[in-house]
Amino acid sequence: MSGDTAKIVMKDVHKSFGSKHVLNGIDLTVERGTSMVIIGGSGTGKSVALKCILGLIHADSGSILVDGVETMGMSDRERNAMMGKFGMLFQGGALFDSLPVWHNVAFGLIHGQGMSLKQARDIAVDKLKSVGLGSQVANLFPAELSGGMQKRVSLARAIATEPEIIFFDEPTTGLDPIMADVINNLIVECVKNLGATALTITHDMASVRKIADHVSMIYEGKMIWTGGVDRLDDSGNPYVDQFIHGRAQGPITKHAHMA
Amino acid sequence: MAKDSSKNIPIGHTPKSSFHPVTIVLDMCQGAGRSLLDLADSIGRLGLFTGKVLAACVTPPLYLKHILRQFMNIGFYSLAVVGMTALFSGMVLALQSYTGFSRFNAEGAVASVVVLSITRELAPVLAGLMVAGRIGASIAAEIGTMRVTEQIDALTTLSVNPIKYLVVPRVMAGVIMMPILVLIADIIGVMGGYLVGVHVLGFSASGYITQTWDFVEPIDVISGLVKAGVFGFIVTLLGCYNGYNSGRGAQGVGAATTNAVVSASILILIFNYFLTQAFFS
Ligand SMILES: Nc1ncnc2c1ncn2[C@@H]1O[C@H](COP(=O)(O)OP(=O)(O)O)[C@@H](O)[C@H]1O
Ligand SMILES: [Mg+2]
Repeated sequence: MSGDTAKIVMKDVHKSFGSKHVLNGIDLTVERGTSMVIIGGSGTGKSVALKCILGLIHADSGSILVDGVETMGMSDRERNAMMGKFGMLFQGGALFDSLPVWHNVAFGLIHGQGMSLKQARDIAVDKLKSVGLGSQVANLFPAELSGGMQKRVSLARAIATEPEIIFFDEPTTGLDPIMADVINNLIVECVKNLGATALTITHDMASVRKIADHVSMIYEGKMIWTGGVDRLDDSGNPYVDQFIHGRAQGPITKHAHMA
Repeated sequence: MAKDSSKNIPIGHTPKSSFHPVTIVLDMCQGAGRSLLDLADSIGRLGLFTGKVLAACVTPPLYLKHILRQFMNIGFYSLAVVGMTALFSGMVLALQSYTGFSRFNAEGAVASVVVLSITRELAPVLAGLMVAGRIGASIAAEIGTMRVTEQIDALTTLSVNPIKYLVVPRVMAGVIMMPILVLIADIIGVMGGYLVGVHVLGFSASGYITQTWDFVEPIDVISGLVKAGVFGFIVTLLGCYNGYNSGRGAQGVGAATTNAVVSASILILIFNYFLTQAFFS
């Protein structure tokens, strides 16, 4: 076990869609067994950055290491072998609408790990309970759930296989404050108890303070500040200050938001 | 005047409002060149996709339950629309060829015209076009929606190959079910001709049937079934391809659906010509 290699390292990662530069040299290091939170305005490329690590979007240039292994230019087969390490909560939920809730949660266990339906279903019901959903939800279809419930099912799916690295893309958006806190606890538990490495995107400052070990802020396609969560309030960075206090006035202008 | 001023206009940098003949020709060349490049690009990408699908067809795991469900979707649920198409095509064919042939006192050829046209051309082509509209569109819309809502990305992160899980079952069902559909369409189409021949045109029942059997050869039916398999492949492959590469949002899915139907229909007609040539010349 190479205990000292970081779990995820991004170096100078660039990504454009057509003429639109979304990632402009992202640098990010996430240490093993820690929880990193990325903050930043909407449309600044946070989701794109996560998808680049997963290989769902191919970065144009730069280097992305997972467990010290370069993933840029990996073959489909190598990438598929690596996928088992990851769990991902998609921003939009991305539940399979043709499958009942329990099968969504059990999907990775059944198809990725070859578990029996019965066993996978039991685990799925358990995971649903941990995100605050009763067993009566298990047989419903995703379309029959509210947005917040779908998000929680999606979260249960992301952690069902107990992956080493879990990405949470806006896990508490659309949840009431109490349920948001349940989810925050769950994320902390994944990191503390299961030893997972978590990379979370959120706008929810209460969530940041609860789950983060480290915080990184993205602005105009770059990480402009990274530090421990305890340094968030005296970061000395005017962009970070403006963001965490949610002020309309400051260096982050409306114009930059649109760009 | 116009000739003089055109000297100052650098080629390739002409404003759109310029109507100088040279620039018009250059613009046209540029446009044609670009669409040719686009065409080559999309053929290349479709080829790559096809390669991936074929490779996925022969390597485990295969999702048997999904394959069976697609058999139902593509085969069973298309039966009504394909059957209706064949029935009325056979009927109109009998009627039309009778009015034509009676001018040459060749009414006797009606049964043979019906059976040959149906088995060789009409059943496979019309079934192909109907299935392109019914199945190709729904495949593109379904897979396109999954692309747009990130369900395809989610499959990948759960270690499931989306080509195997989504595309292979549909393509397999297309290739296997289309010939069965067309065989049924052959029978219904000939029956349509028979109904009109006997009940409207006054042929004797046994005479019509004898005529049909005398003229039809195994190759007529087999060529139609081979065509059907190819068309089934085209429809399902293009439905999947367009859905898989759908643009973003509802608009992207709409465009994918249209493209799936239009491109499959055109390819069916093109491949039909060359398959006919391969079988009968
Ligand atoms: N597949 C794509 N094609 C084109 N543009 C994209 C694509 N994915 C994201 N973008 C663009 O990249 C920018 C960043 O998107 P995203 O990472 O989703 O933002 P956020 O930081 O809110 O998660 C947006 O402007 C979005 O329009
Ligand atoms: Mg996002």
